[in-house]
Amino acid sequence: MTDLAIETHALVKRFGSTTAVAGVDLQVRTGTVYGVLGPNGAGKTTTIRMLATLLTPTAGTARVLGHDVVTEAPAVRSRVSLTGKLASVDDELTGRENLVLLGRLLGFSHRQATHRADELLDAFGLGEAATRDVRDYSGGMRRRLDIAASIIVTPDLLFLDEPTTGLDPRSRNQVWDIVRALVAGGTTVLLTTQYLEEADQLADRIAIIDHGRVIAEGTRAELKGSVGNGAVRVRLADPTRRPEAERQLALISGSEVLLEPDPAVLAVRVPDADRAGALVVDLAATGVAIEGFGFGQATLDEVFLALTGHPAEDTTDPTDPSDPNDPIDPNDPSDPAVPNDSSIPTEPVGTAPQEDVA
Amino acid sequence: MSTTISESAVSEVAVRSVLASGQRPQAPAPGQAVRTFAWRAVLKIKHVPMQLFDVTAFPIMFTLLFTYLFGGALAGSPREYLQFLMPGIIVMNVVMITMYTGMALNTDISKGIFDRFRSLPIWRPAVLVGMLVTDTARYTVAIAVMLTLGTVLGFRPGGGPFGVLAAVALLLVFCFCLSWAWTVLGIKAQTPESVMQMSMTVLFPLTFASNVFVDPATMPGWVQAIVKVNPITHLADSSRALMHGEPVGSSVLWVLAWGAFLLVVFAPMTMRAYNRER
Repeated sequence: MTDLAIETHALVKRFGSTTAVAGVDLQVRTGTVYGVLGPNGAGKTTTIRMLATLLTPTAGTARVLGHDVVTEAPAVRSRVSLTGKLASVDDELTGRENLVLLGRLLGFSHRQATHRADELLDAFGLGEAATRDVRDYSGGMRRRLDIAASIIVTPDLLFLDEPTTGLDPRSRNQVWDIVRALVAGGTTVLLTTQYLEEADQLADRIAIIDHGRVIAEGTRAELKGSVGNGAVRVRLADPTRRPEAERQLALISGSEVLLEPDPAVLAVRVPDADRAGALVVDLAATGVAIEGFGFGQATLDEVFLALTGHPAEDTTDPTDPSDPNDPIDPNDPSDPAVPNDSSIPTEPVGTAPQEDVA
Repeated sequence: MSTTISESAVSEVAVRSVLASGQRPQAPAPGQAVRTFAWRAVLKIKHVPMQLFDVTAFPIMFTLLFTYLFGGALAGSPREYLQFLMPGIIVMNVVMITMYTGMALNTDISKGIFDRFRSLPIWRPAVLVGMLVTDTARYTVAIAVMLTLGTVLGFRPGGGPFGVLAAVALLLVFCFCLSWAWTVLGIKAQTPESVMQMSMTVLFPLTFASNVFVDPATMPGWVQAIVKVNPITHLADSSRALMHGEPVGSSVLWVLAWGAFLLVVFAPMTMRAYNRER
């Protein structure tokens, strides 16, 4: 028995002529959260469904908790739980009925199943909604019920397929808290997400997947480090002076200046914070009025963009700047979206422009 | 109905405390799994009673319509016709209702709950068998409704209660077998609507091109040929003979043979489709 909860070799899944997963190698250590990050259609769900024995791989092998997902599927099923992308609960039933039903299917007696259901509903903040039909639940409540259903019997490995897609920030934080609690309790979690923020928050290791392939793998720090230097970002008081500032900054830094989508912001890659500070001072000395600036290591967004040439997220962006609960951590020095000057609105300046692609 | 539900906070401590008590029980026996899925179907009927519409309102409508529209013309009086029609119209209605099995299954699958069921360590056909068992109960409701109505209208089966029960049992067995054809559709089709369209396309000609409404003697030869091999004809024949206490001949055997054929072909096909993926 190895300490690997998941081990895949050249895992492939084709649907007709479409290749959804094109040779994925994963090693997930027991007791960790592993994030599989990628845009819609990257092959995340297909991968998770193969690992949960719902799909048969076209080629390659996958072992989950030491068991082959094809030849030992029942052994895998008895030790994992899946929370799918679509909430896998019955709308017409109440929250309690949903959990009792699944408890019965896991082998509990009716009395045991009811007891377990109530225990879980209380712990997940659904005690008062227990006897209401699930169709009346909010998205966050439904998702929590879904996760509760996955841990009626505490699994050794939990698959979470995009657990917070479509949730409001508060519900998302609740789900994250639950995931952290599960991991603290010893469960291994494989999580897919299209939100870099989520992988950054939860995952010990991250695989970035695009077009069915793992294009990068490592810890958060490794991935962020892999795109090289951090960047200093400068916000100008007057956007019309950006061409001038760009010229000056290029002269001072001697490297390429990146123009952000925001017309008042420009950025340049620098090796360290000292150099960043000096740059800003030099730029201010040229007479360009600076409203604010920030420096940080690359974000996962930048890693993703650098690796794939396109942003990870589609229109359903959870880090929408109009969102009052924008999950930018003001205490996170690695987050370049955090300006040193509080007058700068915390816009996700970290979303690098297309020109950034090497 | 108000849709706001109060929710309390999630505490990490609370979540961790419920983790500790998660002791894995023995996987359920197939029987318990089937019963649980049947219970799920019953709960759904409890929460959405409208689901019973198709096993109450439609059978009543059909019985009344055909009895009073055709009765006078075909048999001299509605009451006369009812003696001929009743066993057949029950067959036709219940066979029609079987198509909802495929639709319900398709809806379930599209909602994602099937992924959870399929990732459970249970006897795999349990989901489908549980569903079909509950459907059989629904068919029984429809039959009871129609028999009650028929009796009120003047249907007097000569075979007595045992004859009627035998006819009902045969019909239920056949429908259980036929339903597996719809479960294949339910798993493979893209939408519930397409399941309905496809099953209607089969069921309409199947039920009408039979001897449910009239004696096929006046039909053109080629239609008679079709009607003669139609399993619904055999089923209606058996049903009539059993209910009226007349000799059943070979019709019951034909019905059982058809049922066995449908089961042997479609049940494995369903399980293959179910075990595979969409």
